[in-house]
Amino acid sequence: MGEPGTKAPLSLEELQASTGLRTGRKHVLSILVENKSGVLTRIAGLFARRGFNIDTLTVGPTDDEQISRVTLTVDGALHPIDQVTKQLHKLVNVLKIRDLEPGDTVSRELALFKVSADGAQRGELMQITEIFRGKVVDVTKRSVIVEVTGTTEKIEAFEGMVRPFGLIEMMRTGEIAISRGRTET
Amino acid sequence: MRAVDAIMECLKAEGVDVVFGLPGGANLPTYDAFVNGGIRHILVRHEAGGGHAAQGYAKATGKVGVAFATSGPGATNLITPITDAMMDSVPVVFITGQVRTELLGTDGFQEADTLGITIPIVKHSFMIQDPREIPRAIHEAFHIARTGRPGPVLVDIPQDLSRAEIEYEPVTDVRLPGYQPTTEGNQKQIRQAAKALAAARRPVIYAGGGVVNANASAELVELAACDRFPVTCTLMGLGAFPAPHEQWLGMLGMHGTRAANYAMDEADLICAVGARFDDRITGKLSEFAPKAKFIHIDIDPAEISKNVPAHIPIVGDAKNVLAKLAVEYRALSADGARLGDWWQRIDGWKAKYPLSYEDSKDNEIKPQYMIQALYEATKGEAIVSSDVGQHQMWTAQYYDFPAPRRWINSGGLGTMGFGLPAAMGAAVGCPDRLVCCVAGDGSVQMNAQELATCAQEKIPIKVFIMNNGFLGMVRQWQELFWDGKYSHVETGEFPDFVKLAEAYGATGMRFEDKTTLVQDMKRAIATDGPVFVDVRVTREENTYPMIPAGQAAREMVG
Repeated sequence: MGEPGTKAPLSLEELQASTGLRTGRKHVLSILVENKSGVLTRIAGLFARRGFNIDTLTVGPTDDEQISRVTLTVDGALHPIDQVTKQLHKLVNVLKIRDLEPGDTVSRELALFKVSADGAQRGELMQITEIFRGKVVDVTKRSVIVEVTGTTEKIEAFEGMVRPFGLIEMMRTGEIAISRGRTET
Repeated sequence: MRAVDAIMECLKAEGVDVVFGLPGGANLPTYDAFVNGGIRHILVRHEAGGGHAAQGYAKATGKVGVAFATSGPGATNLITPITDAMMDSVPVVFITGQVRTELLGTDGFQEADTLGITIPIVKHSFMIQDPREIPRAIHEAFHIARTGRPGPVLVDIPQDLSRAEIEYEPVTDVRLPGYQPTTEGNQKQIRQAAKALAAARRPVIYAGGGVVNANASAELVELAACDRFPVTCTLMGLGAFPAPHEQWLGMLGMHGTRAANYAMDEADLICAVGARFDDRITGKLSEFAPKAKFIHIDIDPAEISKNVPAHIPIVGDAKNVLAKLAVEYRALSADGARLGDWWQRIDGWKAKYPLSYEDSKDNEIKPQYMIQALYEATKGEAIVSSDVGQHQMWTAQYYDFPAPRRWINSGGLGTMGFGLPAAMGAAVGCPDRLVCCVAGDGSVQMNAQELATCAQEKIPIKVFIMNNGFLGMVRQWQELFWDGKYSHVETGEFPDFVKLAEAYGATGMRFEDKTTLVQDMKRAIATDGPVFVDVRVTREENTYPMIPAGQAAREMVG
């Protein structure tokens, strides 16, 4: 066993072992921040420094122009979410953080898929798009662009369906989320 | 008025009486304001020395330290002090010059992305984009640095903006919606903690630097006195509980006493106050204090349950929480006799394993004895700073600090070269106190240039170099854990510290005889101005006892 500071070599498993409370699920953090320069760098820097990975990140304005909302998703299987949120709270420009309850949250992601599809395949692709309530937003002789909105799971399912056609490229926005009911997120 | 004159007004309004710094192109306007600014400025010889001096000043006085530097290399030279202040929660405001706004982002001369570089190592920072923001930014910087968990705050000011004419009005209302530290402590949780303490058979109070920062020493003593609770402190907490004292177990952790570490190992309840369960305290985390439940009092919620899950978390200022906890505890009228067995066990360890070393048979100075001699020569009343390494651990072990803010060292970051400039800052902040620095012969050279500052400003620090001709702690680890193969740890006879002292305008001395050491030290202390003493000690002495890294407390060796 490799003890710190000693010459015993460390196995890769030992290097990966780490401590902290893990919830084992994806977390969506909805964060209100002051709309000031450098805020995103502070958040991103905090994640990098503490060894946390951001899965998705979106930033947008709120109804108050002084305040922006950052929505980010983090894997609770890999990171102690409690520690992530406490560290975020220490940033002076961070006003409020909510770790949204999955059952109590509506979340959406927008994705654009550029798929190769000539005449013969186009019909089938349109059908799949219909089922996923997607929209064809551009068509050329050899390709189609489809817009799909939904949960991350739905987007991933759609990706699985169109991949066999020949997926040229895909753009995803990352999730935004809002809590159900009357209370503010 | 000019923005730079407003900076001086802000500093005075914040109670600043001294600034440590070094001018350069980007902060020329600010330095012009110092000419008639009414604030003492101490010209350091390297920005890192200025940063550490500001830290030493802050640690010794409890006030916010201030360091100035120019853009680019001036700012990057501050990286170590900023990080050090972050790790040890030291309130320091760093004000850096920046290139003119029109040059920003063009890789201009002496341009560095100071804000970007320092984001991971500051409590908060400000990049000035409009000269009218300067006063508010500076007041907010002081507020953030000194409140909550203290820390470093940086204000980066482009040169052209600092020359602007602005209206200055003192800012009295600092309101930061995203920054509201919890200071009071939840009363229900405090009551829970009191009950847990009353039920504990083997309790230990484990106090850290947070107690010093909160000026909560008296409250700590008061809580401990409620029922003869045993107390141990971290390296950063030394002095928070007066040593020596019958309830004092000594320092805990890697080079702590056996009594302290064994007590943690067998405790059924540990009351952590302003301490953060650092790896130098816990050793192997999975085997740390296996029988204990934890009360964790800290002003920073992120510290609670970070490394060790707390059963009773209390977020608040240590001074408030400890005072309330003592009141709650006394209301329970617990039976103090229940701790009899526990004290018997602890006293057994104290008697069996006192700190000890084998003294030399001849006149050679053992490093441990050097610290004991310093304690005697200063009657235990000095402010003592140190660098990092063996000499630091021996000072922590053998110099019993009777009060807080007497022990000034770099605990979290472990910065070599911290001690001399920190002593300089402490001496400027506390001109009526004797300030000594115990340095290593390896580390002292990392900021020895500040001797020139001390000579010029007549700052009478007494530096005692524990000279063993080695990077001692690394040598010890190579000896113990790397088969005794020494790799680049020998510093030999270089430089000649006495001549170096003289070259800098300080008094140089060399002590080599233990029989006259106390007298010699008294002579050094009685000498006016800065004194730089080369104390020759045993070359290959190891710091014991020791918990080898990554092992449990009961596996202490030496």
